Amino acid sequence: MPNEGSNVLDQFRQGNPETFEDAFETLFRLHQRVVYGWLLRIVRNPAAAEDLTVETFWRIYRAHARFQPSRGFEAWARTIATHAALDWLRRQRPEDELPAELPAAANADPAVSDEIRRKTALAFGRLPPRLRIAALLAVVEEQPHKEIAAALGISVAAVKLRVFRALRLLRKDLQQQGITP
Amino acid sequence: MNAHDEERMKQLLRKAMPPVGEAEPARDLWPAMLRRLDAKADAPPWFDWALLGGLVVFAAFFPASIPVFLYYL
Repeated sequence: MPNEGSNVLDQFRQGNPETFEDAFETLFRLHQRVVYGWLLRIVRNPAAAEDLTVETFWRIYRAHARFQPSRGFEAWARTIATHAALDWLRRQRPEDELPAELPAAANADPAVSDEIRRKTALAFGRLPPRLRIAALLAVVEEQPHKEIAAALGISVAAVKLRVFRALRLLRKDLQQQGITP
Repeated sequence: MNAHDEERMKQLLRKAMPPVGEAEPARDLWPAMLRRLDAKADAPPWFDWALLGGLVVFAAFFPASIPVFLYYL
């Protein structure tokens, strides 16, 4: 956001007590939707995404002095949000993360039964969180690899590798359950 | 896993976990943010507790230092 005001960003970064709180509120109100949307794509749980949005902005509040305006606030916020989501995923048990009722796919393929979808989602929940995030954002949400790489603090090649490893592990898990994708 | 298998796995994953897409929070999160800021402002930072703990341990091992601490309080 080019002119969101370099003024607001400067006030936020400098941490001057007279202007900092207002600048932080302005940035929160401007970016809470984007941060929430990004988190929801990762955790797929609206209540958790709301809590993590607050947690992300709390981390942003504390780290204001490390903000580099050249990087852009939104990209920086996405990186912090991704790490907060990663911490959250690490604390969850795989069975906690599966929604009670999986939403039906819009273009439901009759060849893929609900049982296979459920087992796939469960197997996906057993993958290491850092692989899961990469696969969710790249394959399911179809976010640009460059954006995912920036949020995870890794290279685009590393994102592709994580996605490949996630899919390979998922396939192996399903095969062990007798499902041949 | 070849490219064909990879593509099949991607399709299966998309069917098992449909995309969330664009979404907005159901409510304004600023009040929750304010509560979080207020709660943390009231609580002493962790390093204050660590410093206090260190002083207690130090005083337990070197009781003679207690009058010195009291003098500087």
